[in-house]
Amino acid sequence: MSENRPNIKKKRQPVSDRRKFILNMARGAGLAAMGGFIWSAYIDEVTASTLLLRPPGAIKEEDFLKTCIKCGLCVIACPYDTLMLAKPGDNKPLGTPYFIPRDIPCYMCPDIPCVPVCPTGALDEASVTTDGVLDINIAEMGLAVVDADSCIAFWGIQCDACYRACPILGEAITIEYEKNERTGKHAFMKPVVHSEACTGCGLCERACVTEKPAIFVLPRETAMGRAGDYYIKGWDKDDEKRLEDASEIKTTTEISNQSAMDSLNDAGDLY
Amino acid sequence: MATLWNNYRYLILRRATQVGLLVLYFGANAWGWTILMGNLSSSKVLGVIPLSDPYAALQMLAAGAVLAADLLIGVAILTLFYFLIGGRAFCSWVCPVNIITDSANFLRRRLDFDRVQGIKQPASRNIRYWVLALSLIISVVMGVTAFEFLSPISMVHRGIVFGLGFGWAAMLIIFLFDLFVLKNGWCGHICPLGGFYSILGKFSLIRVHHTQENCTLCMKCKVVCPERQVLHMIGKESLPVLMGECTNCARCIEVCDDDALGFSIRNTLKNKKTGE
Ligand code: SF4
Ligand code: SF4
Ligand code: SF4
Ligand code: SF4
Repeated sequence: MSENRPNIKKKRQPVSDRRKFILNMARGAGLAAMGGFIWSAYIDEVTASTLLLRPPGAIKEEDFLKTCIKCGLCVIACPYDTLMLAKPGDNKPLGTPYFIPRDIPCYMCPDIPCVPVCPTGALDEASVTTDGVLDINIAEMGLAVVDADSCIAFWGIQCDACYRACPILGEAITIEYEKNERTGKHAFMKPVVHSEACTGCGLCERACVTEKPAIFVLPRETAMGRAGDYYIKGWDKDDEKRLEDASEIKTTTEISNQSAMDSLNDAGDLY
Repeated sequence: MATLWNNYRYLILRRATQVGLLVLYFGANAWGWTILMGNLSSSKVLGVIPLSDPYAALQMLAAGAVLAADLLIGVAILTLFYFLIGGRAFCSWVCPVNIITDSANFLRRRLDFDRVQGIKQPASRNIRYWVLALSLIISVVMGVTAFEFLSPISMVHRGIVFGLGFGWAAMLIIFLFDLFVLKNGWCGHICPLGGFYSILGKFSLIRVHHTQENCTLCMKCKVVCPERQVLHMIGKESLPVLMGECTNCARCIEVCDDDALGFSIRNTLKNKKTGE
C-alpha cells in the first residue's frame, strides 16, 4: 500500500528517476499480484457453497454467479417473502438470492412475479414459459428427496403431509402402497418423488411433520445421478431412437486382438 | 441561521439525497413503494426506468456474462448522467459509505489526528486504479464479478435495504480504517468504484472553479477537501478543478469565506478564457 513512500534512508547514491519508476512499477505489480491471490482465494471461498436453492427460472449456478447483479428486485417482487439476499455472515455467495424452504417455501405463483423483474436475465423467463405463457410447473429450483429412514410413513405410520402439501400432487409426489409384512394386515403408504415433475418448491419440506424434515429439497445437480449414454431404455420408444444413428466403434486392445479363447487359455503375457 | 445555511447548504443537500435515496429503496422493500426499487447495483424507477451500475456491468462483461437489454439501458442512463455531472458526484451525493467516511474524517479533524500524522500520506491515491484493474482481471480469471462479491458499498447499502447481517462489521472496519489508519483511506485510496467514476467524470461539465484574485490563502478548502490534490491551483491560478477525483461535494465552496470557489459549467468557462 505504500509504493510511493520516498526512500528517505537511502542517502548513499541517489536513485535515478528512471530506476525509481521501474522499481515502483515492480512493487506495484508485486503488491497487485499478492492482493489478487488473496482476493481470488476469498472469491473461491464465498462462491463455493453449492447447496443453495435459487429462485425459479435461475440459470445454471456457474452462469448465475456472474450474471446476477444482486439487486434484490426478485426479492421485492415475491409476495411471500420467500427470497432473501445472502448477507455477510450467511456463508453464501454474498448478495445473491436464495430461499430456505423449511422457513418459507416457494408458493409457485402462477404469474411468477419474481422472474420478469430480473434485469439481468439471471432468472430466465424462457425457462419457465410454455407456449408463450408463464408456467411455474416447469420450474426446476431443486428436487425433493425422501430420507426413508426418518420418514415415518416408511415406518408404517400414516402420514401424507408432504403429498397433500405438494402443488402438483399425484405427479411430483405419489403414494406407493406396500403390504406391511410385520403386522400382516396394514399397508405402508410411502411417498415417492418423481424428478420429472417436482419443481423443488419445498412446500413438502415445509409441511413435513418430523423434527428435521424427512423430505427436503436439494439443488437438482446435487440430488440427481446420471446414467451416462451407455444405457438405453428398450421399453421407451424415444430412448430407443438413440440407437438409430449409433455408429459402431470397435476398440481393440492388445488382449482383444486374439480370440477370446486364446486369451483365456494362455492368459496372455501375464505370467 | 443564514450563515449556517450558507456554510452547510451543500452538505445538508447531500445528506438529504443520500438518506432520501436510502429511504426510497428501503420503502420499496418494506412497504411496497414503487418509486425506486432495487439497490445501487441495479434498480427500477417507478417500475419502468432501469438504472444499473456501469462498473458492475463491466465486471459482468469481464466475467463472460451475457448482458441483457434491460441492464444495458440502465447502464447507458447512469453512464451518461455521471459523465455529464461529474462521476464522483456518485461518491459524495449517493454512496452511503460516504456518510461513514465523512464522519471518520470529521472525528479525525476534531481529535487532531491529522496533525499527528502530518500532511504526507503513507499511501498512494492511485491504489484505486490498481484495484480497479485487478477486479477486472480477477473477474476474467474467476468468471464471477470480483468486486461485487466483497464490495462494502453494496454490503452496506444492501444491508440497509434488505437486512444487515454482519454488514455492520464492514461499516465499522471502514470507519476505523479511515479514522486511525489512513485519512480518506477507503474512498480516497482504495475504492475501485471511486476510481471508475474518477475516470468516467474526467470530462464532465459541472466543475468547481477557483478565482485566484479572491483567494486569501486561508487553505480552509484544502483542509476539508477529501481529495486535496485536486486543489493544486488554490491561490496560484484561476482554474477550474479538472481532475476526475474531485467528488463535487462542494465542501470547499462552503468553507471558503472569500468567494474564491464556486460551481461553474465547463464550456462557459472555456469561452470566457478564450475571450479574455
Ligand atoms: S414463484 Fe412466487 S413464491 Fe415462488 S419465489 Fe417466485 S414470487 Fe416467490
Ligand atoms: S432480480 Fe435477478 S439480478 Fe436481481 S437479485 Fe434477483 S436474480 Fe439477481
Ligand atoms: S418440492 Fe415437494 S411440494 Fe414442491 S413440487 Fe417437489 S415434491 Fe411437490
Ligand atoms: S475540490 Fe471541492 S468539491 Fe471537489 S472534492 Fe474537494 S472539496 Fe469536494
